[in-house]
Amino acid sequence: MTTKTFVIVGAGPAGMRAAEQLVAAGQRPVVIDEAQRFGGQIYRQPPAVMQRERRDLYGFEVGRAAAVLDRFESLLPHIDYRPNTLVWQVEANTLQLLHAGRTHALPFDALILATGATDRVLPFPGWTLPGVTTLGAAQVALKYQACLIGPRVVFAGTGPLLYLVAWQYASHGGQVAAVLDSAPASAKLRAAPRMLARPAVAAKGAYFLARLRLAGVPLHGGVSLLKAEGSERVTALTWRANGVTHTTACDAIGVGHGLRAETQLADLAGCAFDHDAIDQAWLPTRDAAGRSSVRGVYLAGDGAGILGADAAELSGARAALAALEDLVQPTAMGRAAQIERETTAHITFRRGLETAFALPTRWATEAPDDLIVCRCEEITAGELRACVRDTGARELNRLKALTRIGMGRCQGRMCAPAAARLLADAAGCELKEVGRLRGQAPIKPLPISLLHDRAPSTVVPEDEDD
Amino acid sequence: MSAIPILHRIDGVDREAVAFELDGRPCTALEGDTVLTAILTQGTRLRQAEFSGTPRAGFCLMGACQDCWVQLVDGERLRACTTFVEPGMRVRTGAPR
Repeated sequence: MTTKTFVIVGAGPAGMRAAEQLVAAGQRPVVIDEAQRFGGQIYRQPPAVMQRERRDLYGFEVGRAAAVLDRFESLLPHIDYRPNTLVWQVEANTLQLLHAGRTHALPFDALILATGATDRVLPFPGWTLPGVTTLGAAQVALKYQACLIGPRVVFAGTGPLLYLVAWQYASHGGQVAAVLDSAPASAKLRAAPRMLARPAVAAKGAYFLARLRLAGVPLHGGVSLLKAEGSERVTALTWRANGVTHTTACDAIGVGHGLRAETQLADLAGCAFDHDAIDQAWLPTRDAAGRSSVRGVYLAGDGAGILGADAAELSGARAALAALEDLVQPTAMGRAAQIERETTAHITFRRGLETAFALPTRWATEAPDDLIVCRCEEITAGELRACVRDTGARELNRLKALTRIGMGRCQGRMCAPAAARLLADAAGCELKEVGRLRGQAPIKPLPISLLHDRAPSTVVPEDEDD
Repeated sequence: MSAIPILHRIDGVDREAVAFELDGRPCTALEGDTVLTAILTQGTRLRQAEFSGTPRAGFCLMGACQDCWVQLVDGERLRACTTFVEPGMRVRTGAPR
């Protein structure tokens, strides 16, 4: 049998299921995980020294979590699993890895990118204050560190995670001061037909809402976030709904407006991108099997477009089958076709979610000039608008060059959705017309001592003989 | 420093104690705490922003936002949400004394 180097980046639901298919076909994939333990963000596991009940960590999803985590654990003897490892560059069928303070190259025949997502956040004044975190962060604190942000916490923004996290906090003794959804309640009704594509999941959402109401948690729709108050840390959130301004005292705020795919590695690998109407973001293009535009590079999970954890398991398995078909021989093609059929319900459901938790359409117009958009470099909405006005910039990388937006340590992960919307609004064009920030290696900060380690191989120019 | 910390433990406290130093004060964390957890269970800031000098305390907790880089007394910098606290670590957040 042919043995090829299959490399999976990410050990969330997509990466774990991709590994399972490859092992079943007799391969020994390399699985690279930035985290200390496998599971990704959704099934993130606490450090081994911390004993926690899985039901307590994963709630309704405990069955799914246990199935995929236990399965992956059983595969470990057949996998080259590399936790605590960052992929910081992809070029010429080679990954550059950082592990334990040292970097080294890993060539591959097939690369399955299962890089996941982070929260998409539309900023509001005061969002840099201590105590304001993403919704995902509020969950990480709970699952990974057995802590709650708070004690009194407001959850704000929109998306299914808003109600899930609020319920997780309420059921773990957290004091949820309010849940503030930027989407109006009427949007949920409009979305209902599509949400019924996955009735069990829709029912869980309804359950969280009902339990929060029963617990007396104030729930509001159609909310605009005006300001997180405080100087050393957040002390209150001022918001508006139906023309009335309110202030809710709190010690922490969890905020998010859906998720944003992590696409930097696909970009560095040379994958073609297209603007996606559902995610309202530029995503690497892929066929139904997960093949990117680059031979040997496959895309799976939320890193390729937001469809959620269950769909990620499917797309991870499907991408692995595609890689096997392309590089070794066709295998389990019946299963592959079945996966593609199952995925259609997830896509319909996802469209429903985007209706139910629609992003605020007037966010860019209403953002005040002194709003900090870029957390790293503290670039304001006013500076971006002035740049568009004074220079005629209409493209995101141009705006970056001129203002340093997206040039900080996070490389635009936190500010790009907001910056793109502000640019489109100021330039009077469609969101997709402003383009996307180009990925840059290293995709995350590297210790400067690495440059010293690498010096011998980099001081000699390649074109010395020219 | 504000009296109420940002993070509050709810479970999993049956772990070894880890002694470290926070802005010159001896402090105790638990084995398996990230540096972020070790600091924010007893305080409200990790660092101050380079430009405005305003306090920051992380944002994403999953290694994406890079807002939680803290400085050690010896000059080393580390990302607090993805680094475990170690005995004897000396952290400097720039909090007013």
